[in-house]
Amino acid sequence: MQTFTMQVFRGQGRQGDFREYKVIADEGMVVLDVIHRIQATQAPDLACRWNCKAGKCGSCSAEVNGKPRLMCMTRMDTFPPGETISVAPIRTFPLIRDLVTDVSYNYVKAKQVPPLRLKPPDPDGKYRMMQEDVDRPQEFHKCIECFLCQDVCHVIRDHEELKPAFSGPRFFIKAAGLDMHPLDTQDRTEWIRSQGGIGLCNITKCCTEVCPEHIHITDNGIIPMKERMADNFDPVVWLLRKFRGGRKEPA
Amino acid sequence: MIERLGRILGNQRGQIVTGQVATVRPPIATPHLRKDAWWALPVTVVIVLGSFIVYSTWAALQNAYYWAPPYLSPFYSPCLSAKCLHVTFGYGLPDLSLPIIGILSPAFLILWGPGLFRLTCYYYRKAYYRSFWLAPPACAVRDVKKGYTGETRFPLIVQNFHRYTWYVAVIFIVLLTWDAILAFRFPAPGGGVKFGIGVGTIVMWINVILLAGYTFSCHSCRHVCGGHVDVFSRAKARYGVWHFFTRLNERHPVFAWLSLFSVGLTDLYIRLVAMGIIRDLRIL
Ligand code: SF4
Ligand code: SF4
Ligand code: FES
Ligand code: FES
Repeated sequence: MQTFTMQVFRGQGRQGDFREYKVIADEGMVVLDVIHRIQATQAPDLACRWNCKAGKCGSCSAEVNGKPRLMCMTRMDTFPPGETISVAPIRTFPLIRDLVTDVSYNYVKAKQVPPLRLKPPDPDGKYRMMQEDVDRPQEFHKCIECFLCQDVCHVIRDHEELKPAFSGPRFFIKAAGLDMHPLDTQDRTEWIRSQGGIGLCNITKCCTEVCPEHIHITDNGIIPMKERMADNFDPVVWLLRKFRGGRKEPA
Repeated sequence: MIERLGRILGNQRGQIVTGQVATVRPPIATPHLRKDAWWALPVTVVIVLGSFIVYSTWAALQNAYYWAPPYLSPFYSPCLSAKCLHVTFGYGLPDLSLPIIGILSPAFLILWGPGLFRLTCYYYRKAYYRSFWLAPPACAVRDVKKGYTGETRFPLIVQNFHRYTWYVAVIFIVLLTWDAILAFRFPAPGGGVKFGIGVGTIVMWINVILLAGYTFSCHSCRHVCGGHVDVFSRAKARYGVWHFFTRLNERHPVFAWLSLFSVGLTDLYIRLVAMGIIRDLRIL
């Protein structure tokens, strides 16, 4: 058992500040447990979001000691005993109360990604895919929509005015997964450039660093999409496409 | 207000945010709340990358001591001028000691190739955008500059042409491999050449292997050689190639640093041998 000093953000609207709570953490506890203990013993009105406590629902995103993390996957024994630990809401999004923010931005952006448009099925009416065809999209399907990548991305975190122009890493991998889908017929390169705003991403990889599902957002999603975009300007590719036939239809 | 923001946030097809309940970010004044030594990495990158740039520029300006038979410094390969100290490629070449600017050495005619390759490399971009541009200096640490346009405008939009520099870089791997093969041919005492292996030979081979590792772990390489395929089961060969390059690609940052050190140290080694400061040990 260790006593920790927790500095938890409390507030609503434009008002708010960090408040200090001394909490005893039992062995094996995670930050979310400690937040619950504060709720149970000292601040019954402390607002936080959570569902699974297993790192799978993506609800408990917060910033622990300034790093975007899932509270339920951050063990207390990773901090030196007696340390002061700050817990803040994910600050790229508007505050609802305490640790709860409004992540609607992400739902708007989700709707804009051009959806899957299937090819016609095989002559027997069935669709077939091989494992090697779906390996790449499958990695992106691990996403739990915690939006930690969206929170940490400096493009919108530090430049609020860019929100309308930028989809963010979560939706770049969504688009990448669809673009690499073996049954899809839409080319999302022009979309991701002009609507998704992928050019604003300077591949500094913070999204990859914080992803609790360890998705290689930058290396396997964003960079391949930037390369697919570059295909449109590459004379070698242009020549090859003349012979082999073009790519898919622009979305 | 909420509705207006919704319209701004909404896409160009006219959807608006439904159910948005808050508009103002958490009022946290500090630019970041990190407690770890987040500044250590950018500082290290500035020191290491900065030192390399200073050293390579100095070495390129020297226009001397780059040839210690049979070793040729990678900064001066291929030989482009009749005045080159080494003659392998030197026959029939124009005299490029460049009267325009007296100081210009052939190294500057060469270094733009590998230089642009590294400058536009996805990994180095990450490194210098963080360390030199401070956008962002570290994750969840606020960008130093206010306005930001990323890679959407000139000049940074040109980064998207990294592919072309990769094509050039592959040629350099061929040239440097050739140099490393020639590094087995030592001048014989009575004239002619004799097979041999010196420490320099090994240094040059390590360098070319690391440079090849860097070049072939490149993201553009991974894309060109297979990543562009959508249905891998219908392009089995390209799938195999892509798989191989993907495994290399995972080590791209390591190759980026190791090959940076190796290319600098190879030049330094040959330079010191050529200056007579150290003696090259013959192994065979
Ligand atoms: S790599 Fe791009 S998308 Fe990911 S956090 Fe950095 S700027 Fe944002
Ligand atoms: S990509 Fe990773 S960090 Fe981003 S929302 Fe999905 S799980 Fe979270
Ligand atoms: S509570 Fe579900 S991810 Fe943390
Ligand atoms: S050389 Fe680094 S990505 Fe191409």
